[in-house]
Amino acid sequence: MTLPPLPESAIVIAAEAADWRAAVTLAGEALARSGAARVGYSGEMIRMIEEHGPYVVIAPGLALAHARPGPEVLADGLSIVTLAEPVDFGHPYNDPVSVVLGLAVRTSSEHLAAVAAVANVFNDSSAIADLAAATSADEVQRIMGAVEV
Amino acid sequence: MKIVTICGAGIGSSGILKVNAERVLRKLGVEATVIAADIASVKQVAADAQVILTSNEFVEAIGKTNASVIVIENYFDTAELSTKLEGALG
Repeated sequence: MTLPPLPESAIVIAAEAADWRAAVTLAGEALARSGAARVGYSGEMIRMIEEHGPYVVIAPGLALAHARPGPEVLADGLSIVTLAEPVDFGHPYNDPVSVVLGLAVRTSSEHLAAVAAVANVFNDSSAIADLAAATSADEVQRIMGAVEV
Repeated sequence: MKIVTICGAGIGSSGILKVNAERVLRKLGVEATVIAADIASVKQVAADAQVILTSNEFVEAIGKTNASVIVIENYFDTAELSTKLEGALG
Protein backbone atom coordinates (compact mmCIF):
# COMPACT_ATOMS: atom_id res chain seq x y z
CA MET A 1 0.00 0.00 0.00
CA THR A 2 1.57 3.22 -1.14
CA LEU A 3 0.45 6.70 -0.24
CA PRO A 4 -0.16 8.91 -3.28
CA PRO A 5 2.71 11.37 -3.81
CA LEU A 6 2.77 14.17 -1.24
CA PRO A 7 5.58 16.53 -2.28
CA GLU A 8 6.40 19.69 -0.34
CA SER A 9 4.60 21.77 -2.99
CA ALA A 10 1.33 20.05 -2.03
CA ILE A 11 1.57 20.99 1.66
CA VAL A 12 0.31 24.25 3.15
CA ILE A 13 0.82 24.94 6.85
CA ALA A 14 -1.37 27.21 9.00
CA ALA A 15 -3.31 28.62 6.05
CA GLU A 16 -5.94 31.32 6.41
CA ALA A 17 -9.33 30.22 5.05
CA ALA A 18 -12.53 32.21 5.58
CA ASP A 19 -14.83 29.24 5.05
CA TRP A 20 -14.91 25.62 3.85
CA ARG A 21 -14.92 26.61 0.18
CA ALA A 22 -11.71 28.58 0.66
CA ALA A 23 -10.17 25.65 2.53
CA VAL A 24 -11.07 23.15 -0.22
CA THR A 25 -9.81 25.59 -2.86
CA LEU A 26 -6.42 25.71 -1.10
CA ALA A 27 -6.27 21.90 -1.17
CA GLY A 28 -7.07 21.97 -4.91
CA GLU A 29 -4.46 24.65 -5.61
CA ALA A 30 -1.90 22.52 -3.77
CA LEU A 31 -2.76 19.53 -6.02
CA ALA A 32 -2.34 21.81 -9.05
CA ARG A 33 1.07 22.99 -7.80
CA SER A 34 2.29 19.43 -7.41
CA GLY A 35 1.05 18.50 -10.88
CA ALA A 36 -1.65 16.06 -9.72
CA ALA A 37 -4.61 18.09 -11.00
CA ARG A 38 -5.65 21.06 -13.10
CA VAL A 39 -6.89 24.15 -11.26
CA GLY A 40 -10.48 23.22 -12.13
CA TYR A 41 -10.29 20.27 -9.74
CA SER A 42 -10.97 22.63 -6.80
CA GLY A 43 -14.36 23.46 -8.25
CA GLU A 44 -15.16 19.77 -8.75
CA MET A 45 -14.34 19.01 -5.12
CA ILE A 46 -16.53 21.91 -4.00
CA ARG A 47 -19.40 20.71 -6.21
CA MET A 48 -19.27 17.25 -4.61
CA ILE A 49 -19.88 18.87 -1.22
CA GLU A 50 -22.56 21.22 -2.54
CA GLU A 51 -24.33 18.27 -4.12
CA HIS A 52 -24.03 15.70 -1.35
CA GLY A 53 -23.36 17.65 1.83
CA PRO A 54 -20.38 17.75 4.17
CA TYR A 55 -19.85 13.97 4.24
CA VAL A 56 -16.18 14.49 3.32
CA VAL A 57 -15.58 15.42 6.96
CA ILE A 58 -14.91 11.78 7.73
CA ALA A 59 -13.38 12.17 11.20
CA PRO A 60 -13.31 14.87 13.89
CA GLY A 61 -11.32 17.80 12.48
CA LEU A 62 -10.50 16.15 9.14
CA ALA A 63 -11.97 16.67 5.66
CA LEU A 64 -11.04 14.35 2.78
CA ALA A 65 -11.79 16.58 -0.20
CA HIS A 66 -12.01 14.70 -3.49
CA ALA A 67 -13.91 14.42 -6.73
CA ARG A 68 -14.26 11.72 -9.34
CA PRO A 69 -11.46 10.70 -11.68
CA GLY A 70 -11.72 12.79 -14.85
CA PRO A 71 -9.94 15.19 -17.17
CA GLU A 72 -9.08 17.53 -14.28
CA VAL A 73 -6.92 14.80 -12.71
CA LEU A 74 -3.41 14.54 -14.17
CA ALA A 75 -1.83 12.05 -11.74
CA ASP A 76 -2.56 10.38 -8.43
CA GLY A 77 -1.75 12.78 -5.65
CA LEU A 78 -2.43 13.98 -2.16
CA SER A 79 -2.33 17.48 -0.71
CA ILE A 80 -2.55 18.61 2.90
CA VAL A 81 -3.69 22.00 4.14
CA THR A 82 -3.65 22.79 7.85
CA LEU A 83 -5.72 25.77 8.92
CA ALA A 84 -4.67 28.54 11.29
CA GLU A 85 -8.30 28.83 12.36
CA PRO A 86 -10.55 25.77 11.95
CA VAL A 87 -13.62 26.18 9.70
CA ASP A 88 -17.07 24.59 9.88
CA PHE A 89 -18.27 22.40 7.00
CA GLY A 90 -21.73 21.96 8.51
CA HIS A 91 -21.06 18.36 9.57
CA PRO A 92 -23.27 17.02 12.38
CA TYR A 93 -20.46 15.39 14.38
CA ASN A 94 -17.00 16.23 13.09
CA ASP A 95 -16.78 20.05 12.82
CA PRO A 96 -14.72 22.18 13.03
CA VAL A 97 -12.11 21.12 10.49
CA SER A 98 -8.45 21.96 10.99
CA VAL A 99 -6.88 19.59 8.42
CA VAL A 100 -8.00 19.29 4.78
CA LEU A 101 -6.68 16.43 2.65
CA GLY A 102 -7.04 16.81 -1.09
CA LEU A 103 -7.11 13.54 -3.00
CA ALA A 104 -6.84 13.09 -6.77
CA VAL A 105 -6.96 9.63 -8.34
CA ARG A 106 -6.83 8.77 -12.02
CA THR A 107 -9.02 5.67 -11.93
CA SER A 108 -11.60 4.33 -9.53
CA SER A 109 -10.20 0.82 -9.67
CA GLU A 110 -6.72 1.90 -8.60
CA HIS A 111 -7.75 4.19 -5.80
CA LEU A 112 -8.25 1.57 -3.10
CA ALA A 113 -4.55 0.99 -2.50
CA ALA A 114 -4.12 4.75 -2.11
CA VAL A 115 -6.96 5.17 0.38
CA ALA A 116 -5.85 2.07 2.28
CA ALA A 117 -2.53 3.81 2.84
CA VAL A 118 -4.37 6.95 3.98
CA ALA A 119 -6.49 4.83 6.33
CA ASN A 120 -3.32 3.29 7.78
CA VAL A 121 -2.03 6.72 8.78
CA PHE A 122 -5.28 7.89 10.35
CA ASN A 123 -6.18 4.70 12.18
CA ASP A 124 -3.61 6.13 14.59
CA SER A 125 -5.99 8.44 16.44
CA SER A 126 -3.31 11.03 17.19
CA ALA A 127 -2.51 11.69 13.51
CA ILE A 128 -5.09 14.46 12.97
CA ALA A 129 -3.97 16.45 16.03
CA ASP A 130 -0.33 15.90 15.09
CA LEU A 131 -0.95 17.22 11.57
CA ALA A 132 -2.93 20.21 12.85
CA ALA A 133 0.02 21.09 15.12
CA ALA A 134 2.74 20.50 12.50
CA THR A 135 4.93 23.52 11.79
CA SER A 136 6.73 22.37 8.64
CA ALA A 137 6.13 20.37 5.46
CA ASP A 138 8.83 17.97 6.63
CA GLU A 139 6.87 17.23 9.76
CA VAL A 140 3.68 16.63 7.77
CA GLN A 141 5.49 14.21 5.48
CA ARG A 142 6.93 12.42 8.49
CA ILE A 143 3.49 12.03 10.11
CA MET A 144 2.04 10.79 6.83
CA GLY A 145 4.97 8.44 6.28
CA ALA A 146 5.26 9.99 2.83
CA VAL A 147 8.26 9.42 0.62
CA GLU A 148 9.65 12.65 -0.85
CA VAL A 149 9.25 12.74 -4.62
CA MET B 1 -22.56 -11.60 3.32
CA LYS B 2 -22.42 -8.49 1.20
CA ILE B 3 -21.68 -5.05 2.59
CA VAL B 4 -21.73 -1.86 0.51
CA THR B 5 -20.06 1.43 1.47
CA ILE B 6 -21.61 4.51 -0.10
CA CYS B 7 -20.27 8.02 -0.75
CA GLY B 8 -20.75 10.74 -3.34
CA ALA B 9 -18.05 9.73 -5.80
CA GLY B 10 -17.57 6.05 -4.99
CA ILE B 11 -13.91 6.79 -4.28
CA GLY B 12 -12.21 8.39 -1.29
CA SER B 13 -14.56 8.20 1.66
CA SER B 14 -16.34 5.01 0.64
CA GLY B 15 -12.94 3.47 -0.10
CA ILE B 16 -11.67 4.30 3.37
CA LEU B 17 -14.84 2.86 4.87
CA LYS B 18 -14.36 -0.32 2.81
CA VAL B 19 -10.76 -0.77 3.89
CA ASN B 20 -11.54 -0.24 7.57
CA ALA B 21 -14.70 -2.38 7.46
CA GLU B 22 -12.66 -5.25 5.98
CA ARG B 23 -10.14 -4.89 8.81
CA VAL B 24 -12.88 -4.99 11.43
CA LEU B 25 -14.69 -7.92 9.79
CA ARG B 26 -11.46 -9.90 9.72
CA LYS B 27 -11.04 -9.29 13.46
CA LEU B 28 -14.66 -10.31 14.07
CA GLY B 29 -14.15 -13.43 11.98
CA VAL B 30 -16.98 -12.49 9.60
CA GLU B 31 -16.77 -13.56 5.94
CA ALA B 32 -18.03 -10.70 3.79
CA THR B 33 -17.55 -8.97 0.48
CA VAL B 34 -17.29 -5.20 0.88
CA ILE B 35 -17.92 -3.01 -2.16
CA ALA B 36 -17.38 0.75 -2.38
CA ALA B 37 -19.90 2.52 -4.61
CA ASP B 38 -21.32 5.96 -5.31
CA ILE B 39 -24.78 7.05 -4.28
CA ALA B 40 -25.98 7.06 -7.90
CA SER B 41 -25.48 3.29 -8.16
CA VAL B 42 -26.74 2.29 -4.70
CA LYS B 43 -29.98 0.74 -5.98
CA GLN B 44 -28.15 -1.75 -8.25
CA VAL B 45 -25.06 -2.40 -6.13
CA ALA B 46 -26.88 -2.76 -2.81
CA ALA B 47 -29.92 -4.69 -4.08
CA ASP B 48 -28.64 -7.93 -2.50
CA ALA B 49 -26.58 -6.40 0.32
CA GLN B 50 -27.20 -7.09 4.00
CA VAL B 51 -25.54 -3.93 5.27
CA ILE B 52 -24.92 -0.44 3.89
CA LEU B 53 -22.26 1.69 5.60
CA THR B 54 -22.44 5.41 4.91
CA SER B 55 -22.59 8.98 6.25
CA ASN B 56 -25.62 10.71 7.63
CA GLU B 57 -25.86 12.79 4.42
CA PHE B 58 -26.75 9.78 2.23
CA VAL B 59 -29.41 8.07 4.35
CA GLU B 60 -32.30 9.90 2.71
CA ALA B 61 -30.98 9.32 -0.82
CA ILE B 62 -30.46 5.60 -0.15
CA GLY B 63 -34.14 5.44 0.71
CA LYS B 64 -36.06 2.20 1.09
CA THR B 65 -33.83 -0.86 1.17
CA ASN B 66 -33.78 -4.35 2.68
CA ALA B 67 -30.24 -3.75 3.97
CA SER B 68 -29.46 -2.37 7.41
CA VAL B 69 -28.23 1.19 6.88
CA ILE B 70 -25.49 2.08 9.37
CA VAL B 71 -24.27 5.67 9.76
CA ILE B 72 -20.59 5.95 10.61
CA GLU B 73 -19.45 9.17 12.30
CA ASN B 74 -15.68 8.70 12.46
CA TYR B 75 -14.41 6.66 9.48
CA PHE B 76 -11.09 5.97 11.18
CA ASP B 77 -12.52 4.77 14.47
CA THR B 78 -12.42 1.00 14.08
CA ALA B 79 -14.01 0.61 17.54
CA GLU B 80 -17.11 2.50 16.34
CA LEU B 81 -17.20 0.41 13.16
CA SER B 82 -16.80 -2.80 15.12
CA THR B 83 -19.58 -2.00 17.60
CA LYS B 84 -22.02 -0.93 14.88
CA LEU B 85 -21.23 -3.86 12.58
CA GLU B 86 -21.60 -6.34 15.43
CA GLY B 87 -24.95 -4.79 16.28
CA ALA B 88 -26.19 -5.03 12.70
CA LEU B 89 -24.95 -8.58 12.17
CA GLY B 90 -26.55 -9.74 15.42
